[in-house]
Amino acid sequence: MGQLINPTTTVLDPAETGFFTTRLESILAWAQKYSLFMYPFVTACCGMEFMAVSGPRYDFARFGSEAPRSSPRQSDLLWVVGTISQRQAPILRRIYEQMAEPRWVLAFGTCASSGGFYDNYTTVAGIDKIIPCDVYIPGCPPRPEAVLDGLMLLQDKIQSGDRRPSVVKPRFDPVTDPTLGLVQLRRPSQA
Amino acid sequence: MAQKLIELVRNEFSDSVLDSYSQHGDETVVIEPESWLALGKFLRDDPGCDMALLVDLTAVDYPQKTPRFEVVAHLASLRLGHRLRAKAAVGATDGTGAQIDSWSGLWGSANWAERECFDMFGVDFRGHPDLRRILLYPEFVGHPLRKDYPADRIQPLVAFRDAENIEKLPPFGPSEGMSFGRKTHDQWLTNRDAADDDL
Repeated sequence: MGQLINPTTTVLDPAETGFFTTRLESILAWAQKYSLFMYPFVTACCGMEFMAVSGPRYDFARFGSEAPRSSPRQSDLLWVVGTISQRQAPILRRIYEQMAEPRWVLAFGTCASSGGFYDNYTTVAGIDKIIPCDVYIPGCPPRPEAVLDGLMLLQDKIQSGDRRPSVVKPRFDPVTDPTLGLVQLRRPSQA
Repeated sequence: MAQKLIELVRNEFSDSVLDSYSQHGDETVVIEPESWLALGKFLRDDPGCDMALLVDLTAVDYPQKTPRFEVVAHLASLRLGHRLRAKAAVGATDGTGAQIDSWSGLWGSANWAERECFDMFGVDFRGHPDLRRILLYPEFVGHPLRKDYPADRIQPLVAFRDAENIEKLPPFGPSEGMSFGRKTHDQWLTNRDAADDDL
């Protein structure tokens, strides 16, 4: 544990790329990334883990992401924490539309990333069906370390001006180590 | 202890009780839906029953049976310490005609429990003051816990974004992860061959 074996980010299909070319813009990006005002859109159990990440042990305030704002007008980063149901979807869309540019979206947990283990009439299978998302943090709920990884990943993307969505992966995924023998593959073709 | 309770109910409603049994210590009484309101009044007011607590009220869909929906109520007495499950079957095979009397005048908790039952199954409670959907939204068409509601039908309120690869499930890339979803899982179940069982 601790050795960086897999890269922690996976970059999905690029929607658009942007490049900061001037020093002023890079200073601006530095200021933005270290002062993200968040809108915690908390709906479900991931909210408990969100509270844990905000607590003293894993503190996201030390990353500058200190101020929660209940108004989308005043916030930069929309944390979508928990399951979004079809009934909740218009509310989420409305909150996102009210946010002013520049704005980022962070999908906290698998329900927000992909619908989670729910496959039914009532769950939206991932918030990116409704709003564009920048960072996905899978986990049910994700470890606080993973959440902080996601936050740092977002900060790197803000600094570099990268708008492509990306995913937080575990630093060392035991499944990928065949010598541990943790996972039995059903079909050899999956090896 | 609750056997006495079943005898009390059977004595009072001798012509309406269809069945009574005790399953793993849960005493159950199956009654005709026409006596549902009278049964509720009796269970609440009779000092031998004294069921002040309506624990839950819901329904079960048996599409092969007629009547189709079985309304199930769980009651408990806090003073006497016994519990009862009351059942009544309503509804035709196509789902219409599922009507039963409302218990919302007897127990306050029946109000929302019956709204949920209506929302999920379409059972109509006569005499309910405000029978409308409670968990789902008014634009939703159908009753999702019925067995003939397709499990993978969603009725989104917000149109999905017009972006490419919207069906791809993040956070996995296109070649990663398990193919999620009931459709693909059912296909795997029906199409599995000997190679799949070779673990």
